[in-house]
Amino acid sequence: MAEIEVGRSILEANDKLAGQHRERFAASGVKVLNLISSPGAGKTSVLEQTLKRLQGRLNCAVIEGDIQTDEDARRVAACGVPAVQIQTQGACHLDGVMINEALAALDLASLDLLIIENVGNLVCPVDFDLGEDMKVAVLSVTEGDDKPSKYPALFQQAGVLLVNKVDLLPYIDCDMERIHRTCHQLNPEQKVFDLSCRTGEGLDPWVDWLTGWAKG
Amino acid sequence: MHELSIAQSLLAIVLDEARRHQVNKVTKVAVKIGALAGVVPSSLTFSFDLIKEGTKAAEAELVIEQAPAVGECHTCEGEIDMSRLVEQCPHCGSKDIEFTGGQELYVDHIEAE
Repeated sequence: MAEIEVGRSILEANDKLAGQHRERFAASGVKVLNLISSPGAGKTSVLEQTLKRLQGRLNCAVIEGDIQTDEDARRVAACGVPAVQIQTQGACHLDGVMINEALAALDLASLDLLIIENVGNLVCPVDFDLGEDMKVAVLSVTEGDDKPSKYPALFQQAGVLLVNKVDLLPYIDCDMERIHRTCHQLNPEQKVFDLSCRTGEGLDPWVDWLTGWAKG
Repeated sequence: MHELSIAQSLLAIVLDEARRHQVNKVTKVAVKIGALAGVVPSSLTFSFDLIKEGTKAAEAELVIEQAPAVGECHTCEGEIDMSRLVEQCPHCGSKDIEFTGGQELYVDHIEAE
């Protein structure tokens, strides 16, 4: 019987691939976002509204992760932006291998900003580094103000939090202050934008900030 | 639901170590998983037991040590239990606190013959 010290990260294969992608992104001068939320929080709506406002400001492309269908990729392509669809066939998150395949279809050198829309899920995508510069969490107010404390990992790691559907606040019991307080506690550096894709409220400050960040 | 992918990565590391150390049979795999790593131990064991069949780790027992979510106070340097969200240091009341543990996800060691 022999004991062998290992000390290796279980996610090392994915982390290695993510590191290679990160180098490739940096060399091409493209900034990359990993957009994560639960299903139905409004990731694709945020994308549509954001891409519309970025027209003429940044050259963008999108990688769309979904379990089935290419509906989201078609919605994004309708905004005039190259969109590559990944169908995970059941997998609950995107990983480095899937991103590697999707990158073959994109001309990174021509881009300022690549947005990866992850599979709708608050838990699994957080473990898999995709080589992004920043994770962006989308939380809709209808999901409840307890979600950041129930699923802390995403809200701790996200550099930006977009609180969507704020137009519905008069009709539901959601304590915005609790969302802000919990997220600040999990990540004091986090930028937070409250917005509504339906009314357009709050989108401009987010897009202005994003433009500055991507050019920085 | 991503425990199967985690189990596949885990098995790849175990078999790589077995090959490098030229062992015949892995009997134990010890991993450390943080409370905030988003991995459910029972699901990981279930997945690992499923995919280890027919490999050198077929009889390996997966032993999972769970690491607690802990933090540290920058003011009094006290350790803080972060398994529930805390707004301030329970020792000195400072709000300058930071997570220091709970994200672990690694293979600590294996035992082999």
